[in-house]
Amino acid sequence: MLQGVFIIFLFQLIGEMVQKYFDLTIPGPVIGLVLLLLALLLVDKRFRSLGDRFEKGLDTTSATLLGHLPLLFVPIGVGVVMHISALEGHLLAVLGVIFIGTVSSIGVSALLMQTLQLRGKRND
Amino acid sequence: MTDEQRLYSIWVYLQAEPLFWLTLTIGAYLAGDFIYRRTRLFPLLNPVAIGIVIVSAVLLLFGIQYERYFDGAKFIHFLLGPATVSLAIPIYHKWDLITANARAILTTVLLGSVFAILITYALAVAFSLDRDIVLSLLPRSVTAPIAMGVSELIGGIPSLTAIITIVTGIIGAAFGTFTLDLLRVREMSARGFAIGLASHGIGTARAMSRNQTAGVFAAVAMGLSGIVTALLVPAVVFLLGI
Repeated sequence: MLQGVFIIFLFQLIGEMVQKYFDLTIPGPVIGLVLLLLALLLVDKRFRSLGDRFEKGLDTTSATLLGHLPLLFVPIGVGVVMHISALEGHLLAVLGVIFIGTVSSIGVSALLMQTLQLRGKRND
Repeated sequence: MTDEQRLYSIWVYLQAEPLFWLTLTIGAYLAGDFIYRRTRLFPLLNPVAIGIVIVSAVLLLFGIQYERYFDGAKFIHFLLGPATVSLAIPIYHKWDLITANARAILTTVLLGSVFAILITYALAVAFSLDRDIVLSLLPRSVTAPIAMGVSELIGGIPSLTAIITIVTGIIGAAFGTFTLDLLRVREMSARGFAIGLASHGIGTARAMSRNQTAGVFAAVAMGLSGIVTALLVPAVVFLLGI
């Protein structure tokens, strides 16, 4: 597990450094995600396996972190509730835009993706 | 020292300690999880939303500043970074499934992001919101750090965008499943992808806690739509002359 924690922290650190150095809008952890994924795919291609110890370490660490992923959003969520007055008189309109916009985006994207997948399968 | 004074001094001590706020945060989330499992009635009753409400109620009830709470809760908040990086591992395990769907993924992320930006603009205009709020709304579907950067770039209010983005995530997590059931989308990859595209990390967290394939596709969508939206929003602002 400790190897897993080390690798994940290391890639976040690299990601944060890349983000700062190039002054990117993409957050450091997302860059770390992409770099770790590339590293895993490269090692996999080259050696056909990651080595048991590292693979197990990464699997347990990611399973632990991702198992309760929603919990990690509670502190910022509380911040939103405490600062909601920033929206003043526009609260209802903004909530309306967010609600309709989000639900319709989810619907449209899901239907599009499903249609494309089904068409892809038929062509195979 | 009277009993009351002693209790008060304990309370003062606890407020200054991260332990109290960490325990409260985890406890509130577990309570939310318990209530969610028991009821399953209303989509808004999901573990994060209940957890947020419980913690906020405690802070408001005792008149605690958010900054003081966050000073303790930041240790949980810190884990968001490593958790984001660790999404690489399930994506790696499902890599074959992702490459097999590459064309559908790229088309959907492009068209889906365009739709999300345009519908937001259309609705904001329909609700006759001010220009700076409209601009703060446009990048709302993507993860907060990207959204805030884009908002600043186009002349929105980054802190307002942060709030709007989190609310978007919570609404996507709360109503996504319900919407997808209503539209009869059964493919887990399509379900997860749509939630990650429209409601970033909070939606992805929700998808991941229900189904691994859905979670992986949500994570892929979140990453890609973040990049696409960062490029598209400034272009839309320019083209529509907002």
